[in-house]
Amino acid sequence: MAWVQLALLLAVVVAITPLLGGHMARVFAGDRTFLTPVVGPLERTLLRALRVRRDQDGPAGQDWKSYARSVLLFSLASWLALYAILRLQGSLPSGGSGDVGSSAAPWDVSFNTASSFVTNTNWQYYAGETTLSNVTQMAGLTVQNFVSAAVGIVVLVAVVRGIAARSTDPADRRAGSLGNFWVDLLRAVLYVLLPISIVGALVLVTQGALQTLGGPAELTTLTGGAQTLFRGPVASQEAIKLLGTNGGGFFNVNSAMPFENPTAFSSFVSMVLVLAIPASLTSTYGRMVGNRRQGWAVLGAMALMFVVLAVVITLAEGQGSPAQHAAGLVTSSVDGSSGGNLLGKEQRFGAAGSGLFNTVTTVTSTGAVNASMESLTGLGSLVPMIGMGSSEVIFGGVGSGLYGMLLFLILAVFVGGLMVGRTPELHGKKIEAREIRLAMLGALYMPLTVLSTTALGVGTDHGRASISTGGPQGFSETFYAYLSQGNNNGSAFAGHTGFVQPDGTNDGAFGITFADLLGGGAMLFSRFFPILVVLAIAGSLARKTAAPAGPGTLRTDSPTFVVLLLGVIVLVGALTFFPAFLLGPVVQSLTGGLY
Amino acid sequence: MRKDAITSLLAVVALTVLLGVVYPLLVTGVSQVAMPGRADGSVLERDGRAVGSTLIGQDFRRAAVGADGEPRLDADGEPVLVADSRYFQSRPSVTGYAPDATAFSNLGPNGRDTKAAIDQNVAAYLALEKPYDPDLTVGRIPVDAVTDSASGVDPQISRANARIQARRVAKVRGLPLDRVLTAIDDHTAGRGLGVLGEPGVNVLQLNLALDGSRGSTASIPRGTAGGATAAPSPVRVGGATSTGTTSTTTGSTR
Repeated sequence: MAWVQLALLLAVVVAITPLLGGHMARVFAGDRTFLTPVVGPLERTLLRALRVRRDQDGPAGQDWKSYARSVLLFSLASWLALYAILRLQGSLPSGGSGDVGSSAAPWDVSFNTASSFVTNTNWQYYAGETTLSNVTQMAGLTVQNFVSAAVGIVVLVAVVRGIAARSTDPADRRAGSLGNFWVDLLRAVLYVLLPISIVGALVLVTQGALQTLGGPAELTTLTGGAQTLFRGPVASQEAIKLLGTNGGGFFNVNSAMPFENPTAFSSFVSMVLVLAIPASLTSTYGRMVGNRRQGWAVLGAMALMFVVLAVVITLAEGQGSPAQHAAGLVTSSVDGSSGGNLLGKEQRFGAAGSGLFNTVTTVTSTGAVNASMESLTGLGSLVPMIGMGSSEVIFGGVGSGLYGMLLFLILAVFVGGLMVGRTPELHGKKIEAREIRLAMLGALYMPLTVLSTTALGVGTDHGRASISTGGPQGFSETFYAYLSQGNNNGSAFAGHTGFVQPDGTNDGAFGITFADLLGGGAMLFSRFFPILVVLAIAGSLARKTAAPAGPGTLRTDSPTFVVLLLGVIVLVGALTFFPAFLLGPVVQSLTGGLY
Repeated sequence: MRKDAITSLLAVVALTVLLGVVYPLLVTGVSQVAMPGRADGSVLERDGRAVGSTLIGQDFRRAAVGADGEPRLDADGEPVLVADSRYFQSRPSVTGYAPDATAFSNLGPNGRDTKAAIDQNVAAYLALEKPYDPDLTVGRIPVDAVTDSASGVDPQISRANARIQARRVAKVRGLPLDRVLTAIDDHTAGRGLGVLGEPGVNVLQLNLALDGSRGSTASIPRGTAGGATAAPSPVRVGGATSTGTTSTTTGSTR
């Protein structure tokens, strides 16, 4: 059944891609869509209220610098708003969460969390149900789940506009417009994220996901124990958590919690929501550059890498772990149990359903988990690490995955150009020294960030305070933490902690400042540096004339080019981390012994 | 620059109202009208009192009472819990089945502490079931029965696990084994769409059914004081409130 689940997921995603991709192409071209009669008036009202700069044709176009400035200012305002809500939550209404969230989150956890949600990472050094009020979850986190995703999408759209610009008017080319950030932002929210989230949230409620402001429910169990059901507006946050490839759970155990992810069907819906936009944007890209084959070629490259990873983790988790075998357990499938490594997994998902879900969420920079990552087998845990180590371009985050992929596309075009001895071109535009320099920066900042923060994490006493266990597992915890934050993913080996253990006097969340600040800094850098790089490339391409394709042009939509592209991704991305993979998961998967 | 900054602030305010207030309230409203039971947590009632949620697992152990009539305590001063042999038992949990403080056990694949935790679970399982199933060995125990779930409140166990426990439950309750096995089938959820995930048996619903009352899904009023009885509180492992907790105490002996 494991392979049927995988095939079904791919089929649904491929079916969605042209539909949603076409819809987004129309939305960002400003065309009328079936949602316009409902959403149009709201959009116009908001545009007026925001006082967006206009010229004679409507909202003014922005060159790359102006567009980037709007991205940064809006993200700064978002960061400040979220930080304020986290610090002031004790003075705000709680939204029916009782005593939970009745005091401020500590400043360092707030720094980490604000940075985390504004950068679409959703790394969590706090436990939602013991730290945050329902109002913080809604007005703080849910909002950032939407807008950080929207920022990723609109940056991608702006970049593709730069690549696709075909104007023959020199004045247009000098202006180098990539569109208007505010118009794009509102359209991404109103025409794409919000409608799908409403439907997605209601589907999750049909499965049993919570959606209430009724507060905690206390009850007496069958054997006379007390149990408190912590309740809140979960489904509304869950839908955008997945759709926007955010991943920050309402509950500490994220999508493993039955109130977030009640059934195997809701888990499947979750995976579809996660993959929908990153996959569909390849189609949007193809349409915008006038070559739909190009979109399918990129999707094919992504899907190929994804399938390899999904197969590896499914086989690895089906095996069980050395500790289970040492205890005498038989982990093969028997009548009435499919077996496998069920430690830290839920019965309703099983080993295969957990492996697939966590592959989907780590390759997409979502970081939601429906099982404990730290309890994966050694080989199994290599899969999410490779997903992140490939710079999150295997589908990747909404927008960010594809603009990361476009950097690799430029590098592959360059390598291909060298091979055939022609000036490299992308969609008829010459790729020259400036673009290559920028693309290299965009490809190399990530390994640099991840490896240097990991070194600080394992090499300093402050860093080691966060590690919960020894040996290769302890190294993996730290490496995973910075690999995740440095790629804006958000999933974790949860033994790695930004908390001091509660001892009865320090109720709730108290940060280990070092981990909070280092991780927060890594997340901010890893989000905004590449955004500046890709916008700069787009600005420079927007000003170039496009040459028509000739017989000697290196085609970027052929299977041969897809192979070249995969080669570049594996060489630059995955191999950079080879030594680190050896120290952690590879050691673990090669040994059958315990330590 | 200044104009952009003003637009940024206005945008954050406007979008907070739309996405942080209107959107969640809209979804809450529709959910509460269309599917109140599910949106409120699928709470099960028996005799008008909330006894659990179909989605949340429970601890079917009780505090052991010593010869002096006082609850027995272990070396750490925690109450010793023993399985209530009338009931099917849930999967091991490091949080004491707390749906308000969830955490992973974070035990690694190669850890000695992992093996120790599994050994302890295996010993407890064999001690409980072997008297009713003399052929039971560690090699026959389904993996789910002795490994921590992810959420700590997994409501399900595998069918293989339930069938082993059925012998004990049938014997203790004086029921024919066939009837208990039929009850297991009645409370088994198949794979989603026939192919997704794994089949599982809902332990709480199964136990409720055997108690003779199926319970009904209903919403419960806010702040219902179900815990007012003099029931012993379940074991809470100390560090269950944080993301990074690794606990070595897996509850206590069964």
